[in-house]
Amino acid sequence: MNNLNEASVPGRDKTKDIVKKGLNKRYRKERRFRVFGCAAVIISLGFLFVLFISIISNGYTAFQQTMVRLDVYLDTDVIDKDDLAGTNYAKLIHDALLSVYPDVINYNDKRSLYELVSTSAAYRLRDFVAKNRHEIGTTIQMWVPADDDVDMLIKGHIDRDTPQSQRRINDRQLAWVDHLVSQGQIKKVFNMTFFTAGDSREPELAGIWGAVCGSFYTLIVTLVLSFPIGGAAAVYLEEFAPKNRWTDIIEVNINNLAAVPSIVYGLLGLAVFLNFFGLPRSVPLVGGLVLTLMTLPTIIIAGRSALKAVSPSIREAGLSIGASKVQLVVHHVLPQALPGMLTGTIIGMAQALGETAPLLMIGMVAFIVDIPAGFTDPSTVLPVQIYLWADSPERAFLEKTSAAIMVLLVFLMIMNAAAVFLRKFFEKRQ
Amino acid sequence: MKKMIVISIVLVYLSIFGIVQVSAGAARDYISIVGSSTVYPFATVVAENFGKKTRFKTPKIESTGSGGGHKLFGAGIGVAHPDITNSSARITKSQLEKDFKNGVKEVVEVKIGYDGIVVANSRQAMLFRLNRKDLFLGLAKQVPVAGDKGALQPNPYKTWQQINSLLPDVKIEVFGPPPTSGTRDAFVELAMEGGANTFTWIAKLKKTDKKRYKEICHTIREDGAFIEAGENDNLIVDKLNKSPDALGILGFSFLDQNTDKIQGSFIDGVQPTFQAIADGFYPVSRPLYFYVKKAHVDTIPGMREYLAEFTSETAWGDEGYLTRKGLIPMPGEERRKYKKVVEALTPLTLDDLN
Repeated sequence: MNNLNEASVPGRDKTKDIVKKGLNKRYRKERRFRVFGCAAVIISLGFLFVLFISIISNGYTAFQQTMVRLDVYLDTDVIDKDDLAGTNYAKLIHDALLSVYPDVINYNDKRSLYELVSTSAAYRLRDFVAKNRHEIGTTIQMWVPADDDVDMLIKGHIDRDTPQSQRRINDRQLAWVDHLVSQGQIKKVFNMTFFTAGDSREPELAGIWGAVCGSFYTLIVTLVLSFPIGGAAAVYLEEFAPKNRWTDIIEVNINNLAAVPSIVYGLLGLAVFLNFFGLPRSVPLVGGLVLTLMTLPTIIIAGRSALKAVSPSIREAGLSIGASKVQLVVHHVLPQALPGMLTGTIIGMAQALGETAPLLMIGMVAFIVDIPAGFTDPSTVLPVQIYLWADSPERAFLEKTSAAIMVLLVFLMIMNAAAVFLRKFFEKRQ
Repeated sequence: MKKMIVISIVLVYLSIFGIVQVSAGAARDYISIVGSSTVYPFATVVAENFGKKTRFKTPKIESTGSGGGHKLFGAGIGVAHPDITNSSARITKSQLEKDFKNGVKEVVEVKIGYDGIVVANSRQAMLFRLNRKDLFLGLAKQVPVAGDKGALQPNPYKTWQQINSLLPDVKIEVFGPPPTSGTRDAFVELAMEGGANTFTWIAKLKKTDKKRYKEICHTIREDGAFIEAGENDNLIVDKLNKSPDALGILGFSFLDQNTDKIQGSFIDGVQPTFQAIADGFYPVSRPLYFYVKKAHVDTIPGMREYLAEFTSETAWGDEGYLTRKGLIPMPGEERRKYKKVVEALTPLTLDDLN
């Protein structure tokens, strides 16, 4: 015995040494692994940060708008009280500008003077006069939007030092703007137009409200259709369907559908909803139907995995006290699986919110000024609006593009936050 | 409570099906326009002004490209089909024949003005003075062997100076639109064909072997000297700014809006200016059109008024708002001619297209 003990002692030390040596190595390995993980997180956060910085620095100025104050004389010679619609309101605006700079006589100079304010000023004046008929004959003070080039100048996006031929604003216009600024006739205000107007080809009049409404109607249709259909499909496949070759084929196909490029759903929508059913082009109803097809696989897969995750003990307990299969599913399994199913649905919705490709085929990539008021009015959606603005030649659309991206990101954040909140809420209830 | 929820859900679904049923057969109360992405910026401005001035709804405009637009337009008569298609190329005989076959018997053609295609580079670099021949030799996939009539070789040129000793010694690097774009079509037709025609044997091919002629003129090199930059011309402006040695092919309106960043090269001795394109001196310019379905004019509300707005002097005139967006107006006489066509709604016949 003693011999054995004595013999084993050095051996034991050796093992200890080996283990110690190996241990250090293992610790190092572990540390390295953690550093890699940390680095991965930092790198991805860094990219996100760069993205946010570039979008915000490009776009924050879009939330402000340059306005010009004009003293407009509502000339009774120009305004025909009996025919308000036929009045040349642009002339009134031009006269107001000329009254500030009476020395402008030359035709070209006049033209560049008129270009300081947005063409929408005349329409604003028209609406004002229609509401305030008693003001006709007096001089009113009015803030009207500046032209997009003036707006860009005030916001510092146009370099004053470049030669005249190379900028959109000529030297005279520059002098006028500087004069107006010194007179306090130019100010920057919060850009309400951006949040209340539809699309426009004049950057100073363009807004995202039309696209937001379009996105809203489209997503409502998608949600109303895809959640019940997807949920029911998931419950049936997971809980009731027999496991045989047919259900296997269905499962494989659902997984395949989830990976199909979204443009394919657009083509399908074009063939089925537009050409076969004869639904109108460019409407949220059809957009919603197409996006439903696209999000269904996501919702079914998420729903099934949520149902699978419900612990078997609950099923066994339910069945053992005599619940029927339907009772078991409706009373016990579904409430447990609901948070997961809702999360899947909201992620599917967020995906649908950011989709443009399938909508291209059904005509939702279009120039639409009027705010859609229902499911069958022509409309676009937020990402399409971003795409259309990014493609416009006017410089001022650059900041609008970034601002619209910010709005889209806010929407996505709200939806993802809702997913988290709903999950927490349902988990607490149990 | 439970019953209420069930009933309300059922109501929601019933109403959706109701909407589907109603909308499938309903009349359309707004004008539907499709077509060229080049005409899109002009048509949208007219549509917006029309929407503000009149009591009609603002027309809906889709940018589908000239070819795609015509396909939708010519598919038939009825509210499901667009009323107007914009086009950056004249309608072809076969397109019109197809329209006739589908029941679109009366198509009115309206020319709206001109568009220039410019070859631009960054302001930081030297201004290029190009000829169409230089563009052809610089960008074609296969170029004629010097001194040999009829032989072609893969494009050997690496710098502009190798082509023309007056050009700067910089690498050939050109950003341009992809083949799906109307700008690309017009560029190969106007610039590349124009350059190729300076070789008499290629010019002769046009009559004898049209297929081979097109293959020579329309195939752009694929060795990296020509870079497809996507349909978005803003992207090209951005890229030119970052790489001063490169050239870019884009629409005139983008040059017009970005004169502080880029400059338009001379082509055949003419710089792309508003005046030069309007006078027809600048060689790489093309007319723009839209086509109207006559059968829809009196069934869709606002069609006549929209046409009147587009063809008014305040829109397409020499000082109209379209020129501010970069459209190059037609001469006064041509404008009057098309104004008459619009007022009388004179349909196009196959004989007009020759």
